[in-house]
Amino acid sequence: MNRYPLWKYLLIVVALVFGVTYTIPNFFGSSPAVQIASIKATVHADTTLMSQVEAVLKGAGITHQGIALETSGINPAIRVRLADTDTQARAQKLLETALNPDRSDPAYVVADNLLPRTPQWLQDLHALPMYLGLDLRGGVHFLMQVDLDEAINKRLQTVENDLRNLLRDKDIHHAGIQRSGDQLEIRFHDLQSRTQAIGVIHDSNADLMLKEGGTEADPLIIATLTPAARTAVQDNALKQNITTLKNRINELAVSEPVVQQQGADRVVVELPGIQDTARAKNIIGRTATLEARLVDVSADGAAATSGVVPPPFGSERFTIGRGTPVVLKKEVIFSGSQLQGAQATFDDKQQAAVAVELNDAAGRTMQQVTRENLKKPMAVVLLERGRGEVLTVATIQSEFGSRFQITGLGNAQTANDLALLLRAGALAAPMQIIEERQIGPSLGAANIDAGFRATAFGFAAVSVFMIIYYMLFGAVSVLSLAINLLLLVGMLSLLQATLTLPGIAAIAFTLGMAIDANVLINERIREELRKGTSPQQAITQGYERAFATILDSNVTTLIAGIFLFMLGSGPVRGFAVVHVLGILTSIFSAVFVSRGVVNLIYGSRRRLQSVAIGQIWRPATGGSTRA
Amino acid sequence: MEFFRISRTIPFMRYALVFNVISLITFLTAVGFLAFRGLNLSIEFTGGTVMELSYRAPANLDAIRNAIALTEKGDFQVQSFGSAQDVLIRLPSHPGLPSGQQAEAVFAGLTAAPGAGEAEACAALHADYARFTQVPVADRTAEAAEALHKQQDRLAGQCVEMRRVEYVGPQVGSELAQDGALALLMVVLGIAAYLAVRFEKKFSAAAIIANLHDVVLVIGMFAIFRWEFSLPVLAAVLAVLGYSVNESVIIFDRVREHFRTMRKASVVEVIDSAITATISRTIITHGATLTMTVTMLLFGGPALHNFALALTLGILFGVYSSVFVAAAIAKYLGVQRSDLVRPVKEERPVSP
Repeated sequence: MNRYPLWKYLLIVVALVFGVTYTIPNFFGSSPAVQIASIKATVHADTTLMSQVEAVLKGAGITHQGIALETSGINPAIRVRLADTDTQARAQKLLETALNPDRSDPAYVVADNLLPRTPQWLQDLHALPMYLGLDLRGGVHFLMQVDLDEAINKRLQTVENDLRNLLRDKDIHHAGIQRSGDQLEIRFHDLQSRTQAIGVIHDSNADLMLKEGGTEADPLIIATLTPAARTAVQDNALKQNITTLKNRINELAVSEPVVQQQGADRVVVELPGIQDTARAKNIIGRTATLEARLVDVSADGAAATSGVVPPPFGSERFTIGRGTPVVLKKEVIFSGSQLQGAQATFDDKQQAAVAVELNDAAGRTMQQVTRENLKKPMAVVLLERGRGEVLTVATIQSEFGSRFQITGLGNAQTANDLALLLRAGALAAPMQIIEERQIGPSLGAANIDAGFRATAFGFAAVSVFMIIYYMLFGAVSVLSLAINLLLLVGMLSLLQATLTLPGIAAIAFTLGMAIDANVLINERIREELRKGTSPQQAITQGYERAFATILDSNVTTLIAGIFLFMLGSGPVRGFAVVHVLGILTSIFSAVFVSRGVVNLIYGSRRRLQSVAIGQIWRPATGGSTRA
Repeated sequence: MEFFRISRTIPFMRYALVFNVISLITFLTAVGFLAFRGLNLSIEFTGGTVMELSYRAPANLDAIRNAIALTEKGDFQVQSFGSAQDVLIRLPSHPGLPSGQQAEAVFAGLTAAPGAGEAEACAALHADYARFTQVPVADRTAEAAEALHKQQDRLAGQCVEMRRVEYVGPQVGSELAQDGALALLMVVLGIAAYLAVRFEKKFSAAAIIANLHDVVLVIGMFAIFRWEFSLPVLAAVLAVLGYSVNESVIIFDRVREHFRTMRKASVVEVIDSAITATISRTIITHGATLTMTVTMLLFGGPALHNFALALTLGILFGVYSSVFVAAAIAKYLGVQRSDLVRPVKEERPVSP
């Protein structure tokens, strides 16, 4: 008979609870807030800053409705929720001046923001509103192409220099090293020196693939980067660019920026709420340099550190992070372009350290400087926007060359941060904007309205038709369609999938397609009734026979959806995600849920004479009867 | 209530030849237009810049064209978008010119003369904007940008507004076009493979031909009427391809069933009775889906217009081809009872 076991009903209830829980965050709206984030590479928003913010607000008599430190995003930020936009404006002004005593060198950006008003218990369940795409909320989107050939180029240049030095050090004579495309050609006068060279290069550089070439009279080695080394150079360049971009975007004070790799050599940058593309581009495309310098330990330098007297000739005053001043000599020991790598590691005492690798030229300078300045401090400074920021100060413990460690960093986190900063100071490879979109906020709002209206009107029209045409079964279909919508929105919210305008269109289209399954079932039931089958059996057969067809039709649409997802990008991918999820939820709701409801209504009635599925017309008798 | 009271089998196949000739002619027309006139591809495929402007009063398109012609050398287009106030400008890409600056220059040029329905105060804003854009990007300050924005906010709703700017580099465009073509190919192959497993070869071939015919007709319509073919339109075409194949699947399902139950009937009779049995469902389900797409067309605004149009046309052609084309092709391919009705063990068990 048409009865569901208890577990099936429980499953439906669980699905409904899930749907409701994850859908409702979309209806709470958002409340005004201010967001405080650091724009200095060495300063981070933390709990100390949080109590400072609280104190400032309390001092001015502003009551907040919640303050939280968000560490999940690109850059840790403190978000303070406020009652209304007036308070928001006041708090923003107040905090900006209080947190940045030096207006010419601000350490924090204090920006207006909107926070979802979702209750805490829902947020704990990770129930958050859907993430809206730029076409719905306004903002700018950049697609940047990273010139990875240039990164390889740079690497080959260093390798070329290193080889020259290596052969000279080992006293192997060669007749010149030449670049041709992606390979290096090293010529020799005789075969013996070539054999020697192969051995030496092999031992010193694992990244090179060596091949013998030329003639006996004019032997040469053709050296190319191994595929693994090539990939590593490109990967590092891309990662470095992404890190640099993230650091720079902090300055724009965007609430939910996206910086993401796309494909092998592209980076997507999305800045919701930003309207000024020129300024965004200016900040993204800025050049920064990293320099290592000696600390001025002379008496004059020490005096200048306190800021009472100007720094001596040939020195400059910088600050470490937010406070401690330090006076550095102007001479540069090495610059960021000579830095080959920086990795967080552990020293021989198992303390956190950063292993730094320089190219040969810088290594030689370093050797000389360290020999002459043992036990003296050295600093690494990041110069950007004409201002310098000291990343680290360390004491030279011994004489070293191109490979050394920065130790005494405290914990592994600090070491990681420093390694990242050393690497990310400058862009590893040039980038070019190959796609740019700017959507005004009014257009975004208009798009949401239009999409919402289209879906709502369509849903209403279909519902009215279904109920008139199929009566009670139509109402059950509409109910299952509504549940489908609920589950779909719930899933999208849970996955935090980006909702775009084509995504909203996909919701509407999916609803249109989902009703297909219910029509199929209802028509089948009518057909069975027309044949004279008893109502209970008609329901069973209607659902069972229709199921195979429903599955077929959904598989073909699913194929289309999956390929769209794989090959689409941006808004189209948003469409594909909704489309695929919608097909899955619609099978569940149209077949499983609607059957459950029908069973609940009719399943327990033994002597069922008729079901309310609208008029059944029988061609044989020519008349129409209610079945 | 029941709309379709069909008491006898409708002889669809009798008219099949007429419809197939019509199909062939329209198909060839669509192919001809696609081959010789081509699609009006959006900048996503061609590369270039699109700007959407919103004026306070109906815009004078000729004046806008003349103003752009002063600075823009290439082949640009100006058209109204959705309403008479909203204007869409498409600019070709110029190699070497940084993205975004082309749009800036055009906007500065356009605002040199007062726009339709603008307040007096807008002139000052436009002058400031022009001055701002004269400054090289690297030298622009946050303060200057902010001042401009404050001014823009203050005059919001009174001056012409730049609602959207999109720039797509030429290399991205050609890649998207390739990916799009690849997606189309993969969807067709994927569905063909599924149908081949699920059904007999002749049926899957017929279903694929019929639905490719739909795709070509929809894309052909875009070529004939010069509607803009964008990425979302392609997505709509693919989605509708997956959707309308299912119509053929349903009819073929019935054909298979009727081959089993109607032992004495001829092939044509079986096909006719199968289509007759499903026609009510076909019209009602597609009516429901069409209701959704047509509301999208009417209320979805200009951004969804072509997308909804492609869906609507795709559904209409899908119904037509499933009923009149797919089964007929199967018949021409010589489908027989023995192709479909295999030994009894294949039958799906039906519970009492």
